[in-house]
Amino acid sequence: MTYIPISLKERDAMLTTIGVKTLDDLFKDVPVKHRFPKLNLPPALTEMEVAAELADIAASNESVHGDLISFLGAGAYHHYIPSVVDHILRRGEFYTAYTPYQPEISQGTLQGIFEYQSLMTTLTGMEVSNASHYDGATAAAEAVNLAWAQFRGKRKKVVISPTVHPQYRAVIRTYTQGMELELAGDDGNADLDSSPEELKSMVDENTMLVIVQYPDFFGRIHDYTKMIEAAHSKGALVCIVANPTALALLKTPGEMDADICVGDGQPLGLPMWYGGPSLGFFTTKKTYVHKMAGRLVGETVDGRGQRAYVLTLTAREQHIKRERATSNICSNEGLLALGAAVYMSVLGKTGMRQVAELCYHKAHYAAEQLSKIKGMGLCFTEPFFHEFALCVDKPAEEVNAHLLEHGIIGGYALGTDYPALKNHLLIAVTEMNTKEEIDSLVDVLSEVNHD
Amino acid sequence: MNAPTKLKYTKSDEWFDPSSGAMGLSDYAQSQLSDIVFVEILVDVGDTVEAGSPIASVESVKASAETYASATGKVVAVNKALSEKPETLNSDPYGAGWMVKVEQGATGDVMDSAAYEKFCADRTH
Repeated sequence: MTYIPISLKERDAMLTTIGVKTLDDLFKDVPVKHRFPKLNLPPALTEMEVAAELADIAASNESVHGDLISFLGAGAYHHYIPSVVDHILRRGEFYTAYTPYQPEISQGTLQGIFEYQSLMTTLTGMEVSNASHYDGATAAAEAVNLAWAQFRGKRKKVVISPTVHPQYRAVIRTYTQGMELELAGDDGNADLDSSPEELKSMVDENTMLVIVQYPDFFGRIHDYTKMIEAAHSKGALVCIVANPTALALLKTPGEMDADICVGDGQPLGLPMWYGGPSLGFFTTKKTYVHKMAGRLVGETVDGRGQRAYVLTLTAREQHIKRERATSNICSNEGLLALGAAVYMSVLGKTGMRQVAELCYHKAHYAAEQLSKIKGMGLCFTEPFFHEFALCVDKPAEEVNAHLLEHGIIGGYALGTDYPALKNHLLIAVTEMNTKEEIDSLVDVLSEVNHD
Repeated sequence: MNAPTKLKYTKSDEWFDPSSGAMGLSDYAQSQLSDIVFVEILVDVGDTVEAGSPIASVESVKASAETYASATGKVVAVNKALSEKPETLNSDPYGAGWMVKVEQGATGDVMDSAAYEKFCADRTH
């Protein structure tokens, strides 16, 4: 049998319709000599030889698992992942399924998403969570879509703190092209030392949304309660881009009365991979649930009174609302949301807090030791979580190259995004960094400054 | 179905009351949508609506629909209570279920109740 769902008769009919005689006529614009070029490939290898060659190439990769010590964060963090996370994710029922949302056959997936949503709302202190977005940056862009839908385009200004992740700000600009929005607050001259209170002056009656990060891109912890109150008095919504690990320790965005809390779920039991795939979480107040992009799983009872899970709200998506939907992105990261749910449930409230405390204390130990090095020092004085900007007194790239020679991935070089900070590294410390590793970072950096 | 004679009707199932300037969703539309669970009025007092432009977004357990203005005019009142009790659209589409009121509303292409009843009956068959 043929798997090509087209008969010769059908093919001829199509050719006639578009006005060509043969299939080859469609390719006549491609010069003959380029149609089937000789590829000059080496002789074929056996499977055994290919496996050996690929293993050889793969061995030249270096990772944070044994090869290198890492102090790089800036959005993706090296945390311990309990082995059960991967065991659950690799189950075929979860691993291979694509959009399995029919309640009759997908109770496992639906329950996984339901648990994820419940855990995310507990962590953020918000009322509802959707089933996730691609990553933190796209989730932040969806917050703009929500605000735009909420004001039906009548308010056109978004105030963004310059200390929101630079890549998130770039993605927001990409997403909102053509919406004729005014994005303010994060131009190149923005004062990075300014307190969140100073954003208040930019919020006016035309402002639909204020976006801040928590802890901010430089790891600093601000209480945004007052700023949020001020934004609300102008009728604007506020979105907090949060690090989920930090939320286990700090006052939640819900307690600050944020309207939307988004962020990247990678720290919740997902590897850093090569920078993705990731998980974008999106939580908000119940008032805005009808404006939220994506889908929402709810708990109900079936015809026999048994607990069951269903897609409760999907109307925001293209298959029902189509051009009237808040967003045209329907995808969620179902598998990774499940991974985050497993991670959070395995660690529990106490475990999550322990991870956060370890990060906090280790980062503070590192900051203290590093700032003792002559010529180096912390860039900011505010309280921070597990990341801090360190002035290294010479071009950051140079310092990182030196660290790499010693098997250490240094911090994120801040000069690319913040030209004023070209001699600064953003150093991240997690529970994975031992005291010995931190001490060796201090030693190598001390040498750098003696060179 | 019920279509009061004092009202005018659009092909997209909205009604308009020429005496009060009120407009909303017809009884036929609410019965087709079944249980309505969410209503959002898309216009504010002071806006000018054009006949045929969207004035509300309605979601039922079965569908999501947009309601269009049945007349052109300046909005003088918006039924804010609807978003709290969307089921009002099912129980009282011509009374408490009004959506917006306009001043000196000028209707576009509308039918009287007899024509609308026939229009609905033809669609049902």
